[in-house]
Formats: sequence, structure tokens, C-alpha cells
Amino acid sequence: MKLVIAIIKPFKLDDVRAALEAVGVHGMTVAEVKGFGRQRGHTEIYRGAEYLVNFLPKTRIEIAVADARVEAVVEAILSAARTGAIGDGKIFVTPLERAVRVRTGETDDDAL
Amino acid sequence: MNVRLTRAGLSAAAFFALAAPAFAADAPISAADTAFMIAATALVLLMTIPGLALFYCGMVRRKNVLATMAQSVAATAVVSLLWFALAYSLAFGGDGALIGGFGRALLADVGVDTVSPFAQTIPEMLFAVYQMTFAVITCALVGGAVADRLKFSAFLLFCALWLFVVYAPIAHWVWGGGFLARLGMIDFAGGTVVHVNAGVAGLVAAVVVGARQGYGRENLAPFDLAFAVIGVGLLWVGWFGFNGGSALQAGSRAVFAVVATHLSACAGSLTWSALEWARRGKPSVLGLISGAVAGLGAITPASGFVLPWQGFVIGVLAGGVCYWACTTLKQRLGYDDTLDVFGVHGVGGALGTLLAGVFATASVSAAAGQAGVSGLLEGRPSQLVAQAIGVAATAVWCAVGTWATLKIVDAVVGLRVNPDQEREGLDLALHGESIGL
Repeated sequence: MKLVIAIIKPFKLDDVRAALEAVGVHGMTVAEVKGFGRQRGHTEIYRGAEYLVNFLPKTRIEIAVADARVEAVVEAILSAARTGAIGDGKIFVTPLERAVRVRTGETDDDAL
Repeated sequence: MNVRLTRAGLSAAAFFALAAPAFAADAPISAADTAFMIAATALVLLMTIPGLALFYCGMVRRKNVLATMAQSVAATAVVSLLWFALAYSLAFGGDGALIGGFGRALLADVGVDTVSPFAQTIPEMLFAVYQMTFAVITCALVGGAVADRLKFSAFLLFCALWLFVVYAPIAHWVWGGGFLARLGMIDFAGGTVVHVNAGVAGLVAAVVVGARQGYGRENLAPFDLAFAVIGVGLLWVGWFGFNGGSALQAGSRAVFAVVATHLSACAGSLTWSALEWARRGKPSVLGLISGAVAGLGAITPASGFVLPWQGFVIGVLAGGVCYWACTTLKQRLGYDDTLDVFGVHGVGGALGTLLAGVFATASVSAAAGQAGVSGLLEGRPSQLVAQAIGVAATAVWCAVGTWATLKIVDAVVGLRVNPDQEREGLDLALHGESIGL
């Protein structure tokens, strides 16, 4: 199993969700995060005070995926989340040791 | 309040003294004036709660929102009680050159039929509570300069002392028949008593208490300017009672004051915004509302003395000068007047008080049988001199009195929160509350 972590632009969340549903993913966890990579922040000015805001709002999606489906999932996220502009985000694939469904106690692939 | 009403009051008193022995009991109370002034009182109180509370809390950081609002609420409670206990008497009860007396302490002799010499056609009780709302907002304003770092206990004690050391004496000098009134200085609704006072006190406090942690380095951006906009809306409308009600009568003068006030707010708002648009490339909402407040503060002393077009001019000048004071001047001098109490109210109030001496038009302040007040443009430069003396006297006494008060408060309870509390946020550290994530 793998835990796929994707950082994407917030407005792309719905597109990504739809693309993942199309490849058979029916569960995910979403969080509002802040971050930056190569995309620069912006400046806010309040009367005389100028503030450089380095962190940009992003959305983080976590999906637990069976090994066989990882490539399809990554490809789905890539095509749905990409705009071509700087700040599109990143996808990380990390090993997942164990997964358990809370309601039934099913483990690993049965829990995904 | 102004000298003209005092003189009118004294001549009215003399008239009634000839007609009947007791003058206070025979003064005709006008139902119209009373109704209007009750409404005006409510409007001005609304300016503090929740007007100023919202304006201020929107501009501080999230972790200090509740603490900032607490200051407006607490100032209302503390100052109101002390006003009726003694401060009203010291400001308006007596005819010393520097301070009133104890004759009205605890509202002694203020009965159902009593009338103040300063407002002959409304109950004295109403005059007292109307003036109270001015004392309340002045004290509440000062807190803005040292937002995000003042102890709540320090703020309470400061209000309680400063009301007597600074506000009451200056109110007496300008409105209560004191030496500035006798000098002929005009201040319709508090350019000096409220705005220069709050502004100078704020500046002194900002310097004495010191800058916020991270000032000039960290991101201290406002919590939510939407709150600030709502607050300014309440202030703007409330100002109709602040300046309009300072006519103390329901009549044409109140209307002229209201219109001049409104035009000044509009002009100030657009001027600040235009300057910002030109200089920074974008007109901010904060600029729109700050310019409006600058215009409102500046027109305050002049509102019942000038023509509407002059109100517009005062607004334009205030928008420009206060914008400069809140950006260039503040950066150059390096003080952390967090909510620009000095830049907007101090500078705006001083500017407006001087401009009142320039623009004062006799036809606006003339009343039955009494000539109005003329300023520089109507050939009386002496008025401008009186105004300058008024601003200087207010600023000097305020600076000295505020500094002394702060030193006392620091000795008794300490002024500033410790660095950990400041970092954690005043809401949690001082009040044990938060507005949530």
C-alpha cells in the first residue's frame, strides 16, 4: 500500500476529486494548508505597514492506495490538477505500512 | 459647546432673573430639543459600543480581537460611572478658569427640572449623559495606540485616572467656561477635547509602552477589515449625533453641522483613497475608511461654525494630511501607534481646530440677537490665534498628564504584558477566551 500525498491549488480540488472517482478512489482526506515552492508570495499594505506574505494557500489531499492502483491515481491527480502555471503543487508517494477500517476492523487492502 | 452658548445662557439667565427669582426652575425645556438630544446621546454611545470596538478589533491580530473589544466595553462602564460620580461636576459644574467644582458630584442638585447653563432647553441630566458619551469614547480611543500589548488592569486604571487628570480639566477649559472658552476659542464637538486629547495621549502611550514585538519585522496584518468597515459605518452615522447633537438644540445649526460633517467624511475618504491609489497602485478599503474617519475627526471642532462647502475642503485637507501622518511621518519617527490614534485623531483634530479658526462663518453660528463667530476668511485672524492656543494648551497638558498617569499606572499594576503573554495573545492571556480557529 502507498499513501499518496498531493499538494494542489485549492480551486482544483473538485476536478481532482472527480478524476480520482473515475479511477475508482472513493475516499480521501483533505486539508487546507499553506506553503510555497517556486511560486512567490504577495505584498499586503495596511496604511504605512507593508507585509510580505510568503505562504500561499494550498490544498493537501491524502489517499491510501493499493500498490496496483498507484500509477493510475498519480496520473489522475496530475492531469486534473495541472494548470501549467507556477504553483501547481507536488505529489508524494510514501510507503503505507498498515491500514484499518474503524467500523469493521478490516485491514490493509480490505480497508482501502 | 462654545462660548456663544455660554454668553447666550448668561444673558438668558439675566432676563429670567428679572422676570422671576429662580432662574433654573423657570428655564423652558423644549420637548423637541430633548427628544433630539436623547437620540443624539444614543448615537454617540453607539459609536463606542460597538462602533469603535468593531473598528479597532478588525485591525488588530486575531489573537487580540476580544481583548481589544473588551477595552471599549470596559471604558464605557468605568468612565460612565466615574463621570456621574465626579467628573461631570469637575468639567461642567463650576466657573473656575482651570477646573469646575464639586457642586454636581454624585448628581447633587441635578433634579427633574434642573437645567445646565450650557444647555438651557434640555434637562441637565440629559446634558450630563450626552457629555458622558464624549468622555467614554475619548478614553476608549486612547487604547488603540497601544493595542496588542496593554494589560487590561492597566487600561482600567488608566481610564479611571486619565478621566480626571486630563479629560475633565480640558473639557472644562473648552466647554465648561474655563480659560480657553473665555479666550474665545471655538470647538463645536471636541476637536481638542476628544481628538487632540486622544491622539496626543495615544502617542505618549505608544512611546512609553513601546512598540509591539516584531514591529517592523513580523507580519502584523489585521484580523478582518470587514469588521473595521462595519465599525466605521457606525462611527460615521453616529457622528451625526456627535456633531449634530453638539448644537444641543434641534434646529438649523444642528443640520448645518451634520451636513458639513458628512461632506467632510466623504471628501476625506476619497482624498486618502486617491493618494493611496496614486502612490501604491491600489485603493485599499482600509484607506477608504481611514480617510473618512480623518475627515470626521477634522470637521468635529468646526462643524457648527462652517458652511457645508468648507466642510468639504476640511475633509480633503484632512484626508491628505492624515494619510501623510499615518504613513510617512510615522515611519520617519519610528513610533508604533498601532491604530493610528495620533495620525488620524490627533493630527486630524488639531488640523480641524485650526481650520475652524480659518473658516468660521458668522451666519452659521449666529443666534437670536447674537452675532456668530467669524474666522480668518471673514477678516478675524484673532480667531485663528485663539485656536492655536487651544490646540497647544490641550496638547501640552494632555502630554504631561498622560505621561504622569502612565507612570502611576505602571507603578501600581504595570503597563505592559510580558513577552510570552504578548506572543500567546491577549484574548487567552488576559481574558481566558478565544474566538476559535
